[in-house]
Amino acid sequence: MGAVMGTFSSLQTKQRRPSKDIAWWYYQYQRDKIEDELEMTMVCHRPEGLEQLEAQTNFTKRELQVLYRGFKNECPSGVVNEETFKQIYAQFFPHGDASTYAHYLFNAFDTTQTGSVKFEDFVSALSILLRGTVHEKLRWTFNLYDINKDGYINKEEMMDIVKAIYDMMGKYTYPVLKEDTPRQHVDVFFQKMDKNKDGIVTLDEFLESCQEDDNIMKSLQLFQNVM
Amino acid sequence: MAAGVATWLPFARAAAVGWLPLAQQPLPPAPEVKASRGDEVLVVNVSGRRFETWKNTLDRYPDTLLGSSEKEFFYDAESGEYFFDRDPDMFRHVLNFYRTGRLHCPRQECIQAFDEELAFYGLVPELVGDCCLEEYRDRKKENAERLAEDEEAEQAGEGPALPAGSSLRQRLWRAFENPHTSTAALVFYYVTGFFIAVSVIANVVETIPCRSSARRPTREQPCGDRFPMAFFCMDTACVLIFTGEYLLRLFAAPSRCRFLRSVMSLIDVVAILPYYIGLFVPKNDDVSGAFVTLRVFRVFRIFKFSRHSQGLRILGYTLKSCASELGFLLFSLTMAIIIFATVMFYAEKGTSKTNFTSIPAAFWYTIVTMTTLGYGDMVPSTIAGKIFGSICSLSGVLVIALPVPVIVSNFSRIYHQNQRADKRRAQQKVRLARIRLAKSGTTNAFLQYKQNGGLEDSGSGEGQALCVRSRSAFEQQHHHLLHCLEKTTCHEFTDELTFSEALGAVSLGGRTSRSTSVSSQPMGPGSLLSSCCPRRAKRRAIRLANSTASVSRGSMQELDTLAGLRRSPAPQSRSSLNAKPHDSLDLNCDSPDFVAAIISIPTPPVNTPDESQPSSPGGGGSGGRSNTTLRNSSLGTPCLLPETVKISSL
Repeated sequence: MGAVMGTFSSLQTKQRRPSKDIAWWYYQYQRDKIEDELEMTMVCHRPEGLEQLEAQTNFTKRELQVLYRGFKNECPSGVVNEETFKQIYAQFFPHGDASTYAHYLFNAFDTTQTGSVKFEDFVSALSILLRGTVHEKLRWTFNLYDINKDGYINKEEMMDIVKAIYDMMGKYTYPVLKEDTPRQHVDVFFQKMDKNKDGIVTLDEFLESCQEDDNIMKSLQLFQNVM
Repeated sequence: MAAGVATWLPFARAAAVGWLPLAQQPLPPAPEVKASRGDEVLVVNVSGRRFETWKNTLDRYPDTLLGSSEKEFFYDAESGEYFFDRDPDMFRHVLNFYRTGRLHCPRQECIQAFDEELAFYGLVPELVGDCCLEEYRDRKKENAERLAEDEEAEQAGEGPALPAGSSLRQRLWRAFENPHTSTAALVFYYVTGFFIAVSVIANVVETIPCRSSARRPTREQPCGDRFPMAFFCMDTACVLIFTGEYLLRLFAAPSRCRFLRSVMSLIDVVAILPYYIGLFVPKNDDVSGAFVTLRVFRVFRIFKFSRHSQGLRILGYTLKSCASELGFLLFSLTMAIIIFATVMFYAEKGTSKTNFTSIPAAFWYTIVTMTTLGYGDMVPSTIAGKIFGSICSLSGVLVIALPVPVIVSNFSRIYHQNQRADKRRAQQKVRLARIRLAKSGTTNAFLQYKQNGGLEDSGSGEGQALCVRSRSAFEQQHHHLLHCLEKTTCHEFTDELTFSEALGAVSLGGRTSRSTSVSSQPMGPGSLLSSCCPRRAKRRAIRLANSTASVSRGSMQELDTLAGLRRSPAPQSRSSLNAKPHDSLDLNCDSPDFVAAIISIPTPPVNTPDESQPSSPGGGGSGGRSNTTLRNSSLGTPCLLPETVKISSL
């Protein structure tokens, strides 16, 4: 009995050291298994050369360098997935729910519909948005609104987009968001853009209507100096 | 903001092009970015060791020393580098935080020194990454405990200085608790100790058989019966002293109820009570048995030594804290004992003249055998009994020796795990609070900035410069992005208070109890679109009808910003938060929507869920700070200094 009490007290003092018992080993084993699986599925993508990218986009070499450094730091594997987009937007728009809009935006960036955005896609989209011509910017925007990429924007797609944008505002807005505010917004939009009133906006209608609108033209120049 | 958000800001802003066709209002102009020197390599010289990094890397965290303009104070123009006279080894970790977004804790450094470095560079300890967080907290707690212990020991040693006019009671209590303080107390301490010892020894000696006088050599009496008077006197003396001490302590105790409930006083009572009971119990034979039992309690006087001995107290505390483990051990032993006792009883049942008269009687055998004592007073005689008896003794070693360490280590592990789970849960709460605070931080900064007139198109720079606190380029661009979204949707960001008031106003048809002067028109769907994005100036011209002291933190910001407006008609109205009746007449009547919004401030302080984390460590500091400074400002400072409201964002 004395020996038992001795072990009892000595074990009490060993509380600080981690106990390597069965549960711990099992946990480690499982974790290693998961890590092995992950390694097989992790892609590492490297972009094309700097000169090629410089030729394809409107950025200078230095700008591309800066962009890539930031990109690589955030996504060491070289690709961005939708989750990252959602997280980024959630941080920029913390009040509301930006996940739907991020989803549509991701689809707009992911031109090849592969499910991940590589650096080239990223940079080419940025090049259009920041340094492109008015035509190119508007075409990109049309592509964003056209969710199913069929070349036409119908009311449902527009509703989805507008709803997603309003979701980003969150609950606490002023004036108070009403139920039919997005619908009204879409109606106003269609009134302006849909020339032949057939309920669908084509690319030409879109381009034409936007070029008629001074506000839009002016605002397009806003984002020149973002980089 | 978390790591790398600054990297993505240009992308998010570029993607705002997608809102353009939807926007019904022109988007605001972009903020002017100061001629940035492009991306360059900065040299940071820390006590001679040069670290080089991109400027972008440091700009990721604009709230820290290296990310903000504070580092310009350390810039050495001659050498073109930033010089810090700090520990270069620790700086490595700080710089890695900028690079990777995770702050690691160096294992071999003193945690206090690490903390100081973090404080210097403006990093909050919550930024320590998950991999190192637990260890960091443990070490910090250990350090804090050790320091607290040292302090306590020091204090206990010297004893706190008593105020001059202390009463007799206080002096007495102090003498009892800290005997080293005065000579009299020390003497008393030793005297009581001596008498405890005497009492205990007397109890013991009382029972020793004394050799009686030569008359009856065969009959031996215990000394207690031989010298009853002497022992009685000694007992009486001891009890008198103990009683006196107890009554004195009771008198001197600052909280008598608490003293009565404390363990030490219970021990005292148990030590002296049997004597008094014994005095009043008549000496018949009927109750003398009970009386004798009472004398047993006199042995509890030995526990009075725990006041004198630190070790005893620690032992008692340890036993108390291990109560659950011991309970489980006891339970498992009881199970084994019952099983074997039953088996032995039924095995030995047939034998005549057996000791195993019942199962409880067999308990004794089982216990003695399993603990390998083996007195031999009860032995099995049948073969089955012997077999089972040997199994019992063999299993006794296993049953007792094996589970005890496993149980001990099991409970030790589970106990620590529970502690860790609780810690993690608490940390989770803190982490969520931190996230919420960061969210609300950006929201508040933006709202603050809006209401300070920073987004006015027609700028009058002088007025702006006073009350718009300077923001980093990142913040400027982020706010521009949020402003673009507002313009696209024709709705503005507000906080919960304004929102709930606006909701209330809508349902009440635009009248509030407190608004005295503004016109109230119901907000209809038509007016929503037509008066979309009302010009901000009109909204700001509202003054409060009454402002009371009890305001919530969220609305304090509203008050604060309202007070610091650009377009206030008279300069002194900036300072006063009370409504001036004539100001409200400046309102244009075609702005119905904001009627209810800001008036009813004196609602009870219901903070937004984002903001209402004053309990979180990060938020508490800034929240408390903003609260008090704003209260001060409401007493009439001429202009609100930008730094009074500083929302800390990570």
